[in-house]
Amino acid sequence: MCLAIPGKLISVTADTDTIFRQGKVSFGGIIKEVNLSMLPEADVGDYILVHVGVAIGKVDEAEARLTFEYLEKMGETDEIMKEEKHPQ
Amino acid sequence: MKFLSEYRGPELVKKYLEQIFHVTTKRWKLMEICGGQTHSLVKNGILDMLPGQITMVHGPGCPVCVTPVSIIDEAIYLSQQPGIIVCSFGDMLRVPGSRKSLLGTKAEGADVRILYSPLDAVRLAKENPGKEIVFFAVGFETTAPANALSIVQAHQSGINNYSILASHVLVPPAMEALLSDDANEIDAFLAAGHVCTIMGMEEYYPIAEKYKTPVVITGFEPVDLLQGILLAVQQLEKGEYKVENQYARYVQREGNRLAKETMMEVFAVSDRVWRGIGNIPQSGYEVNEQYKQYNARVKFKLNLPVAEENKDCISGDIMKGLKKPFQCPNFSMSCKPEHPLGAPMVSSEGACAAYYHYASAKEQEEII
Ligand code: SF4
Repeated sequence: MCLAIPGKLISVTADTDTIFRQGKVSFGGIIKEVNLSMLPEADVGDYILVHVGVAIGKVDEAEARLTFEYLEKMGETDEIMKEEKHPQ
Repeated sequence: MKFLSEYRGPELVKKYLEQIFHVTTKRWKLMEICGGQTHSLVKNGILDMLPGQITMVHGPGCPVCVTPVSIIDEAIYLSQQPGIIVCSFGDMLRVPGSRKSLLGTKAEGADVRILYSPLDAVRLAKENPGKEIVFFAVGFETTAPANALSIVQAHQSGINNYSILASHVLVPPAMEALLSDDANEIDAFLAAGHVCTIMGMEEYYPIAEKYKTPVVITGFEPVDLLQGILLAVQQLEKGEYKVENQYARYVQREGNRLAKETMMEVFAVSDRVWRGIGNIPQSGYEVNEQYKQYNARVKFKLNLPVAEENKDCISGDIMKGLKKPFQCPNFSMSCKPEHPLGAPMVSSEGACAAYYHYASAKEQEEII
């Protein structure tokens, strides 16, 4: 129930400055209306985290990469980034 | 899907596991707080892959599991009153109250509906001006902003036939309650990433410091969980107790300011009873005075007797990390997802249901 899922913001509908600000978000092709009032910085094309119909966070892509680079930094080397080339 | 599949890659899972084996020299007990993490750990078989010295115990971070019988009874009572539609997230309908579940009253003819979002409940109120809509608002800090937003939206739209039955719980007071329990054996916490997306990191520094316990804010995918475990074990092996942020792609130190402001607008911190655990002071949210017309308890003058919890269910010991679901005599005997005795068997994020669906025979044997 506490699940929040990342999706791509594909359009922002009306009410751009209010608690009713909405947008359409694609979750791997499934489109849902999402409230954007708590994430005014979200732009079309951004990946955002959605929980029970409300956007609560925006992905920080630089930080996202660190999870993949962390082991390399610990002295490991491998092509662990290859997964990233095949996003669904 | 981007930002999900990358964190499930078997190669990276293997690498992280190797590192965990490499750094672990002693026995450690780690608790993941959130039921979503429990579900992911069990479903992905991670508990079987970890070194034998590491025991994961499953915390109280499943809102369905910790909502007390008395509040379920309140929701059931409301659903039986004429003209009231009670709505909630799906899992809440199956949680047993003292005599039945919301699903039970629905079968008897009550208008009980499953909704995906509290904002849908506000819409339902607008469309049904002749009915009272009550949203059974459960959840941790992750869900509280959306539930608060529903009240703000109703207020601004002049919708008066909407209210919520709040069962909101807060993570940090529960962590403190567990850590200050004499029986506590938890060496480190994986804190819940989505709770921290809202709340940020600040609340955890005093806890890590006071109880000398590492806290690693962690995500939900296999790679997230393994990195979280690795960071926690590295700290433990070095004798450190810091707050670290594995989930920095979503968690900023200050959290989501607007979400926090929305919650503070309509909620006030209150004492809260946790199912299986008992009362924890200042561990929940209630609708505040200013918005009390949206508080179903006030609006419908609820005053039900406090209900007894089912004594056969050991969910409290499980959520305190003292026992595993297999150690409950009812597990998969009299308690199954189709006939749950306790709440952790209902939600897929409850430890008992997660073990019932996914845990391996090997694990069951080891524990029994
Ligand atoms: S198996 Fe059922 S009765 Fe036992 S602790 Fe879990 S929910 Fe409670």
